[in-house]
Amino acid sequence: MSHFWSSVRAIVWKDLKAEFRTKEMLSSMLIFAFLVIVIFSFAFDPGAQSVKQILPGVIWVGFLFSGILGLNRSFLSEQINDAISGLMLAPVDRAAIYFGKVFGNLIQTTLVEAIALPVFIILFDFNYAGSWLWLILVILASTFGFVAVGTFLAALASNTRSSEVLLPIILFPVIVPVVIGAVELTKALFAGADISTVMIWLQVICVYDVVFTVVPFLLFDYLLEA
Amino acid sequence: MITIIEAKQLTKRVGAKQILHGIDLSLQSGRFLTIFGPNGAGKTTLLKILSLLTSPTSGSLMIAGQEVADNAADLRKQIGVISHHSYLYGNLTARENLLFYGRMYQVPDLEQRIEEVLSEVGLGMFFNDPVRIFSRGMLQRLSIARAILHNPRILFLDEPYTGLDLQAIEILNSVLAGLKDQQRTVVMITHTFDVGLALSDEVLIINKGRVAFHGARSEVGSLEEFQDLYREKVGGRN
Repeated sequence: MSHFWSSVRAIVWKDLKAEFRTKEMLSSMLIFAFLVIVIFSFAFDPGAQSVKQILPGVIWVGFLFSGILGLNRSFLSEQINDAISGLMLAPVDRAAIYFGKVFGNLIQTTLVEAIALPVFIILFDFNYAGSWLWLILVILASTFGFVAVGTFLAALASNTRSSEVLLPIILFPVIVPVVIGAVELTKALFAGADISTVMIWLQVICVYDVVFTVVPFLLFDYLLEA
Repeated sequence: MITIIEAKQLTKRVGAKQILHGIDLSLQSGRFLTIFGPNGAGKTTLLKILSLLTSPTSGSLMIAGQEVADNAADLRKQIGVISHHSYLYGNLTARENLLFYGRMYQVPDLEQRIEEVLSEVGLGMFFNDPVRIFSRGMLQRLSIARAILHNPRILFLDEPYTGLDLQAIEILNSVLAGLKDQQRTVVMITHTFDVGLALSDEVLIINKGRVAFHGARSEVGSLEEFQDLYREKVGGRN
């Protein structure tokens, strides 16, 4: 089992090393997130009271769309020089490839979110008075669900000719529960409401995270062989 | 000598297409087998199955006396593959690529081993250069280093000479000769008859997903005699 996790760590190290050298994916994701912020800050009056209602949805649109850019690249980079075959030949359960990719994508997506969130709050002139701990927990749990299923579907889509178009089409219907839950929870936190009133959504997201970690874990070997 | 590869009735179907039709193959440890066959005969598919990259649709495969279906992940430690694809990452340096693969294969004394294999393939000077600036020949040399990094018992090569410069060909020949001296098992696909015959102990001809011929190198005679045999077995196609 220790070899499994050391292989996961090696894949994360490899992906982050390659990414931080070129910053191709991170810069694209950040630029996209900032574009969303700028466009929505012009579309809605940042000072208006209604922004409290809109801002959670705007934030998650920015997070998810920029995240998809990263997910799309994560397996396309393995197609160059057929590196995915090199991974498949490694003496480790192929689920390690899945988890390595998930954690690599999670770190990069979370990093973009950590940079973009304060910019969203500043540009929309929003004074957040809720619990930062709950907000971070909601963002991490929702991002994990999005990345876990997104990584699996990115691997599926990477074998097709139009993978960059296909991934959003197959991913968005599947992540609807996470998106709704994330927006509802963020809205409650931004409104200063009692988190227990929307706790059901956090439970939904946690169940989703577990299901969409276990299912790809079981199916990933078959997916790679296909 | 022990039987290192034992394949029985291997088949492979992809969609509606039957690529391999019941391949039987037995190879003793330390032998050098060269596989010949026309394009589309199923050579690469067979190599992918034997190297545990993909699973057969049916049939059984044993590597080093162990059933592959039960032990694929562990058995991959004993296998190295050189393909016409390098399996390398352009944004990492030569050293970082080998560090990554070494960690995946749990290679002991990794830094020292990386220095050894890089100097063996003549890339000691390019230790910290990103792979994306490498020429085709350098990429293939680094690919050889990647494949032998973990000292595999069996090395599979799929048309390894494609696109190589003279220096890379000499390095590959030297690596293969070294493996033969160390009694490692080598299975190579090539379209180059003279190179394939020069190295091999055994010859396999595949045609239309079936074994058309399998015999010792001594059975096939000279290069011209082998070419005649090949034409006879594949019906003049190459």
